[in-house]
Amino acid sequence: MFENLSGRLADATRNLTGKGRLSESNIKDTLRQVRLALLEADVALPVAKSFIEKIRERAVGEEVGKSLSPGQALIKIIHAELVSLLGQETKPLEFRAQPPIVIMLAGLQGAGKTTTAAKLARRLITKDKKSVMMVSVDVYRPAAILQLKTLAEDVGATFCDSDAAQKPVDIVAKALDEARRSHVDVLLLDTAGRLHVDEELMDEVAKVHQAAQPHETFFVIDSMAGQDAVNSARAFNEKLPLSGVVLTKTDGDAKGGVALSVVEVIGKPIRFIGVGEKTDALEVFHPDRMASRILGMGDVLSLVEEIEDKVSKEKAEKLAKKLQRGRGFDLSDLRDQFEQMLNMGGMAAMLEKLPIPGNVNPGMLKDAANEKQLRRQIAIINSMTPGERRFPKTINGSRKKRIASGSGLQIQDVNRLLKQHVQMEKMMKKMSKGGMKKMLRGMPGGGMPPGMPPPGR
Amino acid sequence: MFGKAKNRDAIKKGGFIKRLRARLNSGDSWLTYDLANLAPSGKIDEEVLDELESNLVMADVGIEATTAIIDNLRKSLARKELTDIDALRLGLRQHMVDILTPVEVPLTIPSSDKPFVILMVGVNGAGKTTTIGKLAKQFKKSGLSVMLAAGDTFRAAAVEQLQIWGERNDVPVVAQQAGADPAAVIFDAYEAAKSRDIDVLLADTAGRLQNQQGLMDELAKIKRVLARQDENAPQEIMLVLDAGLGQNALSQAEKFNDALGLNGIIVTKLDGSAKGGILVALAKKISVPVRFIGIGETADDMQTFDAEEYVDALMAGRQDSDTAP
Ligand SMILES: Nc1nc2c(ncn2[C@@H]2O[C@H](COP(=O)(O)OP(=O)(O)OP(=O)(O)O)[C@@H](O)[C@H]2O)c(=O)[nH]1
Ligand SMILES: Nc1nc2c(ncn2[C@@H]2O[C@H](COP(=O)(O)OP(=O)(O)O)[C@@H](O)[C@H]2O)c(=O)[nH]1
Ligand SMILES: [Mg+2]
Ligand SMILES: [Mg+2]
Repeated sequence: MFENLSGRLADATRNLTGKGRLSESNIKDTLRQVRLALLEADVALPVAKSFIEKIRERAVGEEVGKSLSPGQALIKIIHAELVSLLGQETKPLEFRAQPPIVIMLAGLQGAGKTTTAAKLARRLITKDKKSVMMVSVDVYRPAAILQLKTLAEDVGATFCDSDAAQKPVDIVAKALDEARRSHVDVLLLDTAGRLHVDEELMDEVAKVHQAAQPHETFFVIDSMAGQDAVNSARAFNEKLPLSGVVLTKTDGDAKGGVALSVVEVIGKPIRFIGVGEKTDALEVFHPDRMASRILGMGDVLSLVEEIEDKVSKEKAEKLAKKLQRGRGFDLSDLRDQFEQMLNMGGMAAMLEKLPIPGNVNPGMLKDAANEKQLRRQIAIINSMTPGERRFPKTINGSRKKRIASGSGLQIQDVNRLLKQHVQMEKMMKKMSKGGMKKMLRGMPGGGMPPGMPPPGR
Repeated sequence: MFGKAKNRDAIKKGGFIKRLRARLNSGDSWLTYDLANLAPSGKIDEEVLDELESNLVMADVGIEATTAIIDNLRKSLARKELTDIDALRLGLRQHMVDILTPVEVPLTIPSSDKPFVILMVGVNGAGKTTTIGKLAKQFKKSGLSVMLAAGDTFRAAAVEQLQIWGERNDVPVVAQQAGADPAAVIFDAYEAAKSRDIDVLLADTAGRLQNQQGLMDELAKIKRVLARQDENAPQEIMLVLDAGLGQNALSQAEKFNDALGLNGIIVTKLDGSAKGGILVALAKKISVPVRFIGIGETADDMQTFDAEEYVDALMAGRQDSDTAP
């Protein structure tokens, strides 16, 4: 399908080599690519346009530091701008008022309101130790009330029954009354899905809000939504005083540009994201992760966590220290890397998550991607003397011959490995100079060779 | 304004379009309205095309299909064919009709092969269950006997939701308890339909995201189990797409198609202001027939897909839909 942004950027920034300042002319092409990538990620066109304008303003005249190429510097600006646009870290739920705290959910049909209500209930009960009551005013969708009732039982919330013949505002009155009498901490109010162009139903949801006086009113939106999402978000925001957004179905492969559009248009933060169908699949929202996702940079942070889990921290730290002390990245370090890749089930899976940074030859890395290849490369390094591993430059023609026959491979294989080492060494040098964290954020694709310690550790 | 334009005859079956238009996109304007404002002087130039390009993107047509359409218009402009706004409008209409016509293949149900099994698939919340309710009503009206299979055994109250649609249409529903194997439920339903000589079996499934391999395999299993009974079954695997979707619809269509081999597509929720431009992007990419469009929540809110009507309905602005509520 479409190339993601990292691919586009890699191309666009390759030409952006001149040192010094970012200028109108040298960022033009890159910004064009960014615009296209944003649109392909379903960011609303007007939002994409104004975003690009902001980037242009911030970038032009910007001094490019020593460790970053102009392309990387630009991407750093873009990423930072995205993060700031996407808003603050999650605000905790509002608990200060007199109970029952009312939380209301509204949105289009099929967005995930009912499921989100159950997820919130579960979180409130297990994490915040609150008592929760749930009620549905969805008198339209067949079996909608039963759906919520079933979910309430699953998560251990009290259910305030209603039926499809009742009027939504009457249901609200009854639920408030019951919630007060039974002293629950939180009342979760699920509403029917509705189109924002349906005036009658939009009036109805406003009346429900009026009757319930919620402390939190969330707009629930599907992360797969397209350009029209801004229109619905705007309409709901005009009708209801929203306090936040819940973005659902982020476990899919949508790029989720709608997150950006909605936040920009209504100016309310995303509070939670749905990451699956089960009631435990709710997470607080992290702007930086979403920014990476929209940029198609792979979810760098979750990758870091994965590496942290699977890779020996000790070895990684040793390597980091060594690099910091200015000692080079030698062939035994490379062997460590290969071994760790083997542990992680090969690099192929990682390459998918982590778009190739612009300054490394992707073919070269891909070559290393399969297990057989990894084992061969380790065999080659094993056939070297410790001295050769430490000082790869000393490996001349006759040594190569010896190493090749020792590992049962060809001279070309040895050459390829040595070339790969040179590339990795270059990258490592850059990383140790720029500081791990900075590089991780600054590089296109958040590029980081596997096995490196996570930032800030 | 445009309603009185001289190319009025290009918009055929005006009455129908007015009605569809009134539902479709809620009478909201799209291309033409903006176009009218765009070129007040009536002169078509690069700027007008740029703006039109934006409109297409904002309708979820996607970069690729949009670029193709605009490039074609640009060529016409260079040939001095776009003399006025009507010419532009006709050109645009023609390009979209050209893209959509190949996928305009209505669903036909042969009387020989019974039961004709339709397996509804799609992501969560797309409108599968509701569409089954709509299809059941249409089929019954045309004299076919219908049975429903409650293949969504995962989502809370999904079975009851389908049962209500069964009651509304007075058609039998085969169901098991929540958590049952969907393939087993649908298999049972097939047997029941066969023994009762039912014409059409509509099988519901739980919504699933196309990147969830395990759940996609579950659908492939349903297909296999049915094929063991009748090598032609399921005769129709129908993907339900929400008109509000963005570019992810392409990924949905491609992955469901790879996993199952789709026979048809239904686009729902076109009664909103989402333009459903994904359909244009889709038709350019994969050639799966578009069968119906959904324009509301009741059983009657569905129409057979017709490329020209669809394009006209999208292009007709507020001015053309004076019957809008
Ligand atoms: N406005 C409008 N709403 C629709 C249309 N089709 C379905 N809906 C609504 O969309 C919501 C989801 O529809 P369902 O039929 O339950 O969708 P589903 O694909 O079966 O959903 P899951 O089983 O939860 O994956 C319901 O509230 C329906 O009433 C349509 O054409 N227009
Ligand atoms: N994969 C996935 N499915 C979800 C998520 N949230 C909701 N759903 C599903 O989306 C569909 C519609 O959800 P529902 O809560 O009924 O939506 P409502 O109509 O807005 O109340 C159901 O099939 C849910 O299981 C999510 O975060 N991930
Ligand atoms: Mg609901
Ligand atoms: Mg369903």
